[in-house]
Amino acid sequence: MAIFKSGVIFEGVDTQDENAWRLAAYEARGGYVALRKILAAQMPQDEVIAEVKNSGLRGRGGAGFPTGLKWSFMPRSFPGDKYVVCNTDEGEPGTFKDRDILRYNPHALIEGMIIAGYAMGTRAGYNYIHGEIFEAYEQFEAALDEARAAGLLGQNILGTGFNFELYAAHGYGAYICGEETALLESLEGKKGQPRFKPPFPASYGLYGKPTTINNTESFASVPFIIKDGAQKFLEAGKPNNGGTKLFSVSGHVNRPGNYEVPLGTPFTELLEMAGGMRDGKKLKAVIPGGSSAPVLPAEIMLGVTMDYDSISKAGSMLGSGAVIVMNEDVCMVRALERLAYFYHEESCGQCTPCREGTGWLYRIIHRILNGEGRPGDLELLDSVGNNMAGRTICALADAAVFPVRSFTKHFRHEFEYLIEHGKPLVDHKWC
Amino acid sequence: MLSAESLASIDREVAKYPADQKRSAVMAALRIALTERREQGQTPEARCLTPEVIEYVANYLEIAPVAAYEVATFYNMYDMKPVGKYKITVCTNLPCALSGGVSAAKYLSEKLGIAIGETTADGKYTLLEGECMGACGDAPVLLVNNHKMCSHMSPAAIDQKLAELE
Repeated sequence: MAIFKSGVIFEGVDTQDENAWRLAAYEARGGYVALRKILAAQMPQDEVIAEVKNSGLRGRGGAGFPTGLKWSFMPRSFPGDKYVVCNTDEGEPGTFKDRDILRYNPHALIEGMIIAGYAMGTRAGYNYIHGEIFEAYEQFEAALDEARAAGLLGQNILGTGFNFELYAAHGYGAYICGEETALLESLEGKKGQPRFKPPFPASYGLYGKPTTINNTESFASVPFIIKDGAQKFLEAGKPNNGGTKLFSVSGHVNRPGNYEVPLGTPFTELLEMAGGMRDGKKLKAVIPGGSSAPVLPAEIMLGVTMDYDSISKAGSMLGSGAVIVMNEDVCMVRALERLAYFYHEESCGQCTPCREGTGWLYRIIHRILNGEGRPGDLELLDSVGNNMAGRTICALADAAVFPVRSFTKHFRHEFEYLIEHGKPLVDHKWC
Repeated sequence: MLSAESLASIDREVAKYPADQKRSAVMAALRIALTERREQGQTPEARCLTPEVIEYVANYLEIAPVAAYEVATFYNMYDMKPVGKYKITVCTNLPCALSGGVSAAKYLSEKLGIAIGETTADGKYTLLEGECMGACGDAPVLLVNNHKMCSHMSPAAIDQKLAELE
């Protein structure tokens, strides 16, 4: 169930209406007005990019890099093919916002990508969609057909001579393809193993051509910015944290779901919107930005506001906006073991520190959990982590290490207790 | 080896990419081949991808067979092992586990009488544990035959789903 307050992407979207995703419904909500405005005025590319820069929009996929700045890196004068690519390979545990964008408002993404294509002088784009949400992929294809039939996509868009083709592609079960260069490899029909950076995709991307990759939510925010103005978007959030953000709230709350709220909203308010803690249990810990973000104990979390700067100051990261809520019944060793298994399973195997290290992390945490922990295991976890983080081609190794470091920092006594007594401090119940 | 319908679907995928980049269509082409095998296959062995099918797809796309094989073995939704008529994949990752994912997997395992990773003796069901499906808010979540996502799968909802799959 998706529940939204208000904002940019889901303003006016009735998620109960099975036709909410269709072109007619989108146009009734003011859809494609931004594209028409740009094309009618033949708005200079620099102006479009400046507008996105001024909006303070930061990449919604996890890194939070300013979107307008990323667009300005694209060598527009480069002769030949250039691409825009959307990353809908949403597989970060806890994150499920982009799926709802595809389900309820796919044309916002399509319009955002066409505008991006216009601004960066590209003639083609691809949206790479998580294989597990195959039904959303099929519906996105149908939305593309609608846009083509209406003359909004393809050759000579709206009779203005502007050409832009957009296609959907899908993954088929590989978390790593959410990493942008692994995604490009996959789009090229290869194993999804990340590339060295530099060169960055802006100079060497899809098929070796200049490419800009943004997250689904980032592209879907663009029509609002052009239609209503950068200032209005900026004001919807707080300085340096423009706009609203979709937060995927999961775990021990009464109403898990997506909530679009202004950046800077207090965590307590978001928790309340999600119906509060399930069964009236006490909040123990929250992972505020997807499984790769450091976990924060309740006492810290209850004081933060949901924006890039506040969460970073508290020692974690906003990431993809996936808020995983855990109550007092959770044994943190068991929770961490589950995450460690995931990274071990999903390491692409290219870099030795990650391929071997994720296995070591999992095995050590697994043996601690099973009462077979040894004195020195926490130091061993540190040592393995230090040999992984920052020593690999992509950030998956870091993503595997962050949870380990933060769980063993904030909940060290639970790990120590288990190692010493061979049984957990907390009588764990998943739900 | 593949139906005219499947080949037409592959052609539509090829058309999405530049003429000299047919390789890009291999992800979709293998998915299309697998879907046909699953729908037509009468035994677990006939429902999965085989080296022969992969080579056929590779030849169709004019790429080296090993290039297609690499893809088929790298991405975990391509069934490379015999699989039941209904492949049920349950997400047991942390966010889902906090909302019944682990219990759902256990319930299915008991109900079907198989452990995770196994196929029932009649070749009807295969039960797998999956990693994040990007639907944590709808937990417990399971995928049937890769493409059909089922949300809020309480024991009662699982019973109903299994009855539908009879």
